[in-house]
Amino acid sequence: MSRFVVLVLAILFELTAAAQAEDPLEIKIGYLRRPQQQETISLVQMPSPDNGLAGAQMAVTDNNTTGRFLNQRYLLIDMHLKTGDDPAAAVHQLANQGASLILADLPADDLLNATDAGKADRILFFNVGATDDRLRQKDCRDNLIHTAPSRAMLADGLAQYLVWKKWVRWFLVVGSHERDRLFAAALTRAANRFGAKIVQERVFKDTGGARHTDSGVVQIQQQVPVFTQGVPTYDVLVVADESEVFANNLPYRTWDPRPVAGSAGLVPTSWDASNNLWGGIQMQNRFTEQYKRLMTALDMQAWTAVRMIGEAASRQNSADPSVLLDFLKGPRLALGAFKGQKLTLRDWDLQLRQPILLTDSRTIVSISPQSGFLHQFSELDTLGYDRPETQCKLQ
Amino acid sequence: MQTAMIGLKLFAELAKSKQRVRVLTFGIVIGLVCPASAFTAYVSNEKSNTISVVDTDKMETVRTIKVGQRPRGIELTKDDKHCLVAVGDDDTIQVVDTKTGEVTANLPSGPDPELFTLSPNGALLYVANENNNTVTVIDIERRVVLGEVQVGVEPEGMGISPDGKILVNTSETTNMAHFIDTDARKIIANVLVDSRPRFAAFKSDASELWVSSEVGGTVSVIDPIKREVTKKIGFAIPGLRSEAIQPVGISIKKDGKTGFVALGPANRVAVIDGTTHEVKKYLLVGQRVWHMSFTPDEKYLLTTNGLSNDVSVIDVASLKVIKSIQVGELPWGITITKH
Repeated sequence: MSRFVVLVLAILFELTAAAQAEDPLEIKIGYLRRPQQQETISLVQMPSPDNGLAGAQMAVTDNNTTGRFLNQRYLLIDMHLKTGDDPAAAVHQLANQGASLILADLPADDLLNATDAGKADRILFFNVGATDDRLRQKDCRDNLIHTAPSRAMLADGLAQYLVWKKWVRWFLVVGSHERDRLFAAALTRAANRFGAKIVQERVFKDTGGARHTDSGVVQIQQQVPVFTQGVPTYDVLVVADESEVFANNLPYRTWDPRPVAGSAGLVPTSWDASNNLWGGIQMQNRFTEQYKRLMTALDMQAWTAVRMIGEAASRQNSADPSVLLDFLKGPRLALGAFKGQKLTLRDWDLQLRQPILLTDSRTIVSISPQSGFLHQFSELDTLGYDRPETQCKLQ
Repeated sequence: MQTAMIGLKLFAELAKSKQRVRVLTFGIVIGLVCPASAFTAYVSNEKSNTISVVDTDKMETVRTIKVGQRPRGIELTKDDKHCLVAVGDDDTIQVVDTKTGEVTANLPSGPDPELFTLSPNGALLYVANENNNTVTVIDIERRVVLGEVQVGVEPEGMGISPDGKILVNTSETTNMAHFIDTDARKIIANVLVDSRPRFAAFKSDASELWVSSEVGGTVSVIDPIKREVTKKIGFAIPGLRSEAIQPVGISIKKDGKTGFVALGPANRVAVIDGTTHEVKKYLLVGQRVWHMSFTPDEKYLLTTNGLSNDVSVIDVASLKVIKSIQVGELPWGITITKH
């Protein structure tokens, strides 16, 4: 009898061991993006074709290192939309390939299109690129987590520092495109919240034309002083130009000798390749070695999203999107992302709480929230729309 | 009645002070006879590229030694003759002669070494290499690499069991404590802990392993036999937001009854009951406290405070911070002579 039991036990053991060795928990992640045709004024800031994707890929490698010990395997499926392609169709295609988690680097309308198309398949989305506040406000979705900071968070992070510097008189210059106006609105809101005053607002009209010309610099040197002439006394020029038409031409060329902040000069961002604080240098080294370029904010936002998936899946031992979302929304999430403190989700709009770095793109000048801006729950909630202000009803 | 009480108190004070004078005289005589009773602490200064040498009797920096770039992890050899310091930006561990203060050798540590630990017999060095996810084993005497173990992403903390058989390495992005068999040089177990584990320390009787999680804000108490987390120690300091509480260094007394945890930007050291694992007290020290070391008699615990460029001295018996000692810029690690 005992021999029989031993035999059965042995077979059972073999079977479980084999099952463990052969069936890793597979976690498939889609990466949905539109072609980026963004020209930048600075030649050194031109986005690389794998901008964002590389960050996601590195996090998949990181997750797989951990997965080795937990019998979990992470896969990334890159889905590159062409102009005119329907994001909803792409979502279904990813779902058919077994992806239940999708990172999206899409404009707001495309993103909403995608999230709504993913409802039926219970897909959980991570917004890694869009900064639009409406996606966290009236257009929020209960299957959409945001690792990208919102415009309001970026503007608040900058405003806190300028107010701390006592540069409270702002000359606001706004580009003529929709997203420039949205960033300007966030900056205006920040000025009101933290006690800065906009002494004058001017619009810089995009009249078209190339960003790079052989002798363009001669004209710029003459145009910018004239454009910035005759402004009431101000401390800092704050510029909203997400479209990259003129902001980087302002520093050192203004009529009055004043610093520039916003879309040029001192820029608020979630990440910069110059960040070496809190172990960030290890992150930068790993990234540069692997991708032969510097790590951008979009790379970091994508890395963070995949790491959130890894955190939740390793602790819950599940690939089920609703199990992962429950963990990510809850109090147990404490994500390490080289920001000097744990990152958590706002449960009212699924926005990732995070410090905002202020950089002149050579060094980190400061990190917001600034000390002294207090909050009863988390000082990170002094950035962006707080719980009492939210218009988001998650559904 | 009241006058009588005051009289009594005065008498008692007088008696005490006489005693104190006697103790003092005795102390001086002893000091003259055997001046070696003072211990020496070596503090790595991450920014100044130096080691501050601190006399624990005088409670002051008595010497500064120049070393390589970005010194962090620091340990004395078992005979106190050499001080080993990881100079990350020079990709090596330097060997400093404690008598002359000269750098006498470089160990093949692998790239960007940060923290390391010695085998109990002092022959081997285990180094965490953050850039390539490995733990490197080095023969100190022969200065050669004996082997490597692949671990999780960004290995950092290194704790060794009292018998030297188990090495525990923590990986900051994988969030695990890896149990490594030091003979086979293989991982035999992985224990998931909270975010960004930084430091691992065994109790001297090997009954418990403590692992600090800097971002998670906790210390996991692990049963080294079952290899399971049996308790999580949390911290709460009135008026301080939870993000600022970031446990890093751990020092547990030899009797296992009291543990100390450095809480980073909370600027405090938590005193923990080794049996119940309750936090008994928070001691205010310098800014951004990271690593700590006991004097061999466990009379004092010295802490490195990165942002205030000093070392705080904690009196272990009274649980009071009694002194701050100025050292170099961004003090990081600390090690104290055994003799």
